[in-house]
Amino acid sequence: MSDNGYIVGSNLEKALKAGYFVATGELGPPQSADRHEIEHKAKFLKGIVESVNITDCQTAVVRMSSISVAVILLELGIEPNIQMTCRDRNRIAIQSDLLGAYALGCRNLLCLTGDHQTFGNHPQSKNVHDLDSISLLQMCRDMRDKKIFQCGEPIKGQEPRFFLGAAANPFADPFEFRPYRLGKKVAAGADFIQTQLIFNVPKFQEFMRRVVDLGLHEKVYILAGVGPIKSLAAAQYMATKVPGMEVDPEYIERMKNATKGLPSLAEIKNMPPQEAAEARRLRKEASEAEGIRICVEIINECKKIEGVHGVHIMAIEWEEAVDQIVRQAQIGPKYDPARQSATLQTD
Amino acid sequence: MIVAQQKPLEEIMGMIANAEKVLILGCGTCVTVCFAGGEKEVAILASQLRMATRLAGHEKEIREFTVQRQCEYEYNEQAADYVRDADLIVSLACGIGVQTMNEQFPEKLTVPGLNTSGLSQPTEQGVWEERCQACGDCILALTGGLCPIARCAKSLLNGPCGGSQRGICEVYAERQTPCVWDQIYHRLKDLGQLEKLMEIRPPKNWHTSRDGGQRKIVREDLRL
Repeated sequence: MSDNGYIVGSNLEKALKAGYFVATGELGPPQSADRHEIEHKAKFLKGIVESVNITDCQTAVVRMSSISVAVILLELGIEPNIQMTCRDRNRIAIQSDLLGAYALGCRNLLCLTGDHQTFGNHPQSKNVHDLDSISLLQMCRDMRDKKIFQCGEPIKGQEPRFFLGAAANPFADPFEFRPYRLGKKVAAGADFIQTQLIFNVPKFQEFMRRVVDLGLHEKVYILAGVGPIKSLAAAQYMATKVPGMEVDPEYIERMKNATKGLPSLAEIKNMPPQEAAEARRLRKEASEAEGIRICVEIINECKKIEGVHGVHIMAIEWEEAVDQIVRQAQIGPKYDPARQSATLQTD
Repeated sequence: MIVAQQKPLEEIMGMIANAEKVLILGCGTCVTVCFAGGEKEVAILASQLRMATRLAGHEKEIREFTVQRQCEYEYNEQAADYVRDADLIVSLACGIGVQTMNEQFPEKLTVPGLNTSGLSQPTEQGVWEERCQACGDCILALTGGLCPIARCAKSLLNGPCGGSQRGICEVYAERQTPCVWDQIYHRLKDLGQLEKLMEIRPPKNWHTSRDGGQRKIVREDLRL
């Protein structure tokens, strides 16, 4: 803890400590060395969320590194939350990168095990997994609070100080162990938690009841993972193809009904080109509006759940949607009515 | 036991392309038990190679022999005459047997006819499942006797990760591999030892594994 009472003093930490219902965003780095793509996505997130997660080669697909993108975001005036997985780096590489990340101005860090490389575009690669998410958290906490490297040697000079995050998946099995595993992450050093996407609110409520029973909500800030569904196909894909995800059938039904009364895809096929394009546009708008509506409803449900301190909005490849979501849900630095009167201190 | 699988015939054909006289050398221990490199498999591969080389226009002379344990010099001595007569040896032993042969008979090249695939348990007829990675620092006492190093796709020490659903690992979901951390959870629960899962396991010392360099055991009490 530093003199001002903050562990690190990032915007994210300050907003959480101030008791606001916080919103964080996410940005997927490009599969190229193109800086403009990041600048384009970033403008949809600037000023409306507390910090922006930058994934570390998510689903094991090669992308620009999280720390590099973080530096670009810092230049653009956006607070990054870097992600670090154990898949591609051993303890030497991770510590080295984190020393650099701190020196470059990064202050939030999400510690993950990482998606297995078989899901990505280099399934023949060797994985590392020298550490796992929990031992990674512990190592980062010790670097910060004990000023030691994982080997026990002292860090002579500035230690890397990160506001430490971890993930939790309330929908993975065994369900009864999940709150305890979250507890292990807290014991290992997590200051905040970001959960897997929630499309099954009752199950998340049950998970949170158990987390609260363990008293964990008083030791860690919990951000519920939410995101807008873009189309019926996306909802069906998440429900059936994405491991570790549960989608309430009600949402699939609603996405189906969203385009009711509009020409069906089969009908569109037989239309003249111009009319077909217009019909497609209407279908897209209707689907997207319903997807955003569902997302906002889930956020409003989360606000009522004891122990939930905010939401982590994952709208990868649909960053434009985040502004509508935080505005409708009235959260975040720009739209939270509670934030209008108070000015958050930034140093 | 050590388990292995035969390489594709085309790959073996490629390795023997420049030899006239080829010895197929089997091993009577682990690879016999897993039906990959015993006397019977040697005979089958030899006849396949005879046919294939004949069809390719030039039949090679393929001979067969099987020793009891290809990882030990004294057993391989029995194959010395066959080795002398051959241009090339295709070993149907594990990687240890192939290397023992190359060391013992340096004037001849021994190539692998098998891919050695792990330390496995035959779980049903015709099925072998990996159980051990020989990491050199056994933690089975902590995990209810189930190994997360060999059986978790990420070798987690603090599992299960978020990819565990209905007891199945998300990696190659079509294989329906059980999530070993789910199994560990239920096993420890049955044993009344769930407290073991609440402890944070520190990073593993991989030095005892291959990461510490080639491993060697020296037992002074057994040396002559």
